[in-house]
Amino acid sequence: MAKTQYETIIGLETHCQLTTETKIFCGCSTKFGVSPNGNVCPICLGMPGMLPVLNEKVLEYSVKAGLALNCAIAPLSKFDRKQYFYPDLPKNYQISQYDLPIAEHGWLQIELEDGSSKKIGITRLHMEEDAGKLVHAGSDRLSGSSHSLVDYNRAGVPLCEIVSEPDIRSGSEAAAYAQELRRILRYLGVCDGNMQEGSLRCDVNISVRPVGTEKFGTKVEIKNMNSFNAIQRAIDYEIERQVEAYETGEKVIQETRLWEENTQRTISMRTKEGASDYRYFPEPDLVAIAVPDSTLAKYRAELPEFPAAKRQKYRNWGLTGYDAQLIADDRSVAEYFEAAIALGADAKQAFNWIMGDITSYLKEQKLKITDIPLTPTVLAELISLIADQTISSKIAKDILPELLANGGSVKALIKAKNLTVLSGDALESIIDQVIAANPKELEQYRAGKTKLLGFFVGKVMKATNGQAAPQATNQLLNQKLNP
Amino acid sequence: MLSIKEIQKSLVSGDRSAVEITQAHLALIHKLEPQLHSFITVTEEFAIAQAEKIDNQIAAGEPLSLLSGVPIGIKDNMCTQGILTTCGSKMLQNFIPPYESTVTQKLANLGAVMVGKTNLDEFAMGGSSETSAMGGTANPWDVSRVPGGSSGGSAAAVSAGECVVAVGSDTGGSIRQPASFCGIVGIKPTYGLVSRFGLVAFASSLDQVGSFGRSVEDTAILLEAIAGYDPKDSTSIKVDIPKYSELLTPDLTQSLKGKKIGVIKETFGEGLNSEVDAAVRKAIAHLESMGAEIQEISCPRFRYGLPTYYIIATSEASANLARYDGVKYGLRGESAENLLNMYCQTREQGFGAEVKRRIMIGTYVLSAGYYDAYYLKAQKVRTLIKQDFDRAFEHVDILISPTAPTTAFKSGSKAEDPLSMYLLDLMTIPANLAGLPGLSLPCGFDAQGLPIGLQMVGNVLREDTLLQVAYAYEQSSEWHKRSPSIS
Repeated sequence: MAKTQYETIIGLETHCQLTTETKIFCGCSTKFGVSPNGNVCPICLGMPGMLPVLNEKVLEYSVKAGLALNCAIAPLSKFDRKQYFYPDLPKNYQISQYDLPIAEHGWLQIELEDGSSKKIGITRLHMEEDAGKLVHAGSDRLSGSSHSLVDYNRAGVPLCEIVSEPDIRSGSEAAAYAQELRRILRYLGVCDGNMQEGSLRCDVNISVRPVGTEKFGTKVEIKNMNSFNAIQRAIDYEIERQVEAYETGEKVIQETRLWEENTQRTISMRTKEGASDYRYFPEPDLVAIAVPDSTLAKYRAELPEFPAAKRQKYRNWGLTGYDAQLIADDRSVAEYFEAAIALGADAKQAFNWIMGDITSYLKEQKLKITDIPLTPTVLAELISLIADQTISSKIAKDILPELLANGGSVKALIKAKNLTVLSGDALESIIDQVIAANPKELEQYRAGKTKLLGFFVGKVMKATNGQAAPQATNQLLNQKLNP
Repeated sequence: MLSIKEIQKSLVSGDRSAVEITQAHLALIHKLEPQLHSFITVTEEFAIAQAEKIDNQIAAGEPLSLLSGVPIGIKDNMCTQGILTTCGSKMLQNFIPPYESTVTQKLANLGAVMVGKTNLDEFAMGGSSETSAMGGTANPWDVSRVPGGSSGGSAAAVSAGECVVAVGSDTGGSIRQPASFCGIVGIKPTYGLVSRFGLVAFASSLDQVGSFGRSVEDTAILLEAIAGYDPKDSTSIKVDIPKYSELLTPDLTQSLKGKKIGVIKETFGEGLNSEVDAAVRKAIAHLESMGAEIQEISCPRFRYGLPTYYIIATSEASANLARYDGVKYGLRGESAENLLNMYCQTREQGFGAEVKRRIMIGTYVLSAGYYDAYYLKAQKVRTLIKQDFDRAFEHVDILISPTAPTTAFKSGSKAEDPLSMYLLDLMTIPANLAGLPGLSLPCGFDAQGLPIGLQMVGNVLREDTLLQVAYAYEQSSEWHKRSPSIS
């Protein structure tokens, strides 16, 4: 296929569920997994006479997300009604933002596999309410079902929609964009980014055109990807499908397609007959929003250091690009890492412990790094005791479970367990005893059977309960066996 | 007919109990309702229970509010928990809200006795109360005529003495015009003064709850009870509410010296009934004789108010009424085979002709390609109208005009001509567009004995000035002493 002759134009629309305690316009809980219609009230049900009141947290989270994405925060923003009839929409209009979104004109930097980086433009970020959920009986769609039930728990859950510029050129770039976006939102603590539960949903707009042409190809929207991997594969599939269509003279039609995970392809969901007319107009039940400069300054000051800056810092500390990416992925892990470094731990050592044994333990126990008694202080101490050879790595690994479970002072623990590494005179005298107690093996060794060094090491270790410093043991044995 | 203060007096003196007062009003309701139909629901048991509570309070020596034991009517677009709230529509004929509006909650807390939910044009859309799916209300002064609308039930009930005061809502004149037709006082306060929480929305940026009374004082007492900031309504104003009724002092009835009153030039002339014209001019002369400084004021954009209103109000209504779809509550088209059919059947059967007309206009003007020409233009004109008012209030304290171009008309006489009905709102609409307070009070009667209303419009939050001037006029004239023979 002459695939290289085409270029792909991709833009992403990401719906992020904000992690507020309550819904965007009422006091109902946003908790997931409650029984159907367990989190509803007359306001989020849009009952007659009910009025929305904006949850200030939603505004704060959205402004912070806008700042994190290098957007300009609108001096004057407002809500609008987006009108369409559907049973999951209690008022038959969605309170959203149309021409004055809270944030616009931003960008986000992604790192590509080859180590280079690329800026992806952010067109806009706006606040809106989510709709409810339909459960169809006898079919997975409304049409063909005998009846449908409506669950309004999700109705009124706050969303932040983030629209990218069509700057993305491949499936891997799209996945990198979505991942970095999620990382930033998680760093802010405004979205948990759980794609399985739908708290982060990416819709992809994609078209292909022959390289060198100005006109965009027909745009297709793809929905229903619930992992980054799926985003990448859906795009790769769609590029191939569209290129093939152009190559074979078929027409690419403007439509919405669904990614089908089990068959690994996109299928047509509905064709768009021109633009939908949502009859937007300003929401008269809510007042215009102007975030005061003092509030903006406060929010700005509360922003954390973002993953991109952290990765750069970690590379400067000597981590590889891949390792830096890995440990910067989660804010609390990164902060744990940095705390250990600040206490003097070696970066590579700290990385290995955190991403190795500690991470496996966290996974196994389903814990967060902030939950465990093994604080950065404990880790830094452990690393420094290995570095000054007070304990061996083996002992460190042996006592790790206890440190993970109980924390506390490493020194006190090794003292209590009498686990300090033996070296110097004490070790030398034990080695002398071991050699003296095994004259036969000494003779054989000196006769040329040097493989017996291992035998002596083993004996020393046994005699010291494994506390003998390995390097010193080898050195002393060599000296004494080869006088 | 008793005033609020007279009721208070007899309650305190033990002359009459709250239950007795309530029962007397209920008896009158039962007597008059077959002719008037002011109420959609008479809340007899609720009223008696509430009155008993007041009597117990009196017996226990607990303090009373001015509204304690006062029989009150509530327009049936204010949600009342556990009590049918229909909006005069078939769509909500079975709708019992599981929540209480802020206004009715405040009134209940103050011990007011709700005797019933009053009739209205369907979803408050109309100027005659004839579009109510439960049938129209008659004017107590002449039962062959309309009481005006949309708060016609509230106005008729107060006028006939079925209740002492009543709550209404005013989107384009729905309090002032029926007050004018029924010969009582009605005030639509500044937009945002009274909470809209629990008021079933017609046009959210224009809707405002207000009060009716047979006197300025009663109207003021009710207004000060329902006004005030409500965190549940984002458009509600954070402001201290004066005790309006305490500002109505006897000295006002002696002199209006220092008060500057503007007469809106554009509200006189073609289309204005000559008897109304004469009565209003006489009232102006009367105010002048009391020492008020009168000047003619031009509000050149006034005449664009009507088309502007019918674009903005219908746009908002088309969205506000979209929720009545048969999915969750109210009427549902039961024989539908699919979702679209259910929507269509529900809305076809549930809404009356006037409501449908407005939903269609609103849907049309918001459609792609028309938005800029209609909605956006209307918003700009709205700003210009507001500027006309702002300029006027640089020179005067209040503005004066007729409330309506005519007196009450015969039931059915305008049913086939919606435009002539819309024209009745010509003089009241601009205050809604500008969010300003407006009041109507009786200023005479035509040859057929039908009341004529005088409208006063005040600057933002100047309900105090409006009520004071109205009080001065009322107390120095005789109009408020007349009552319809039916009562």
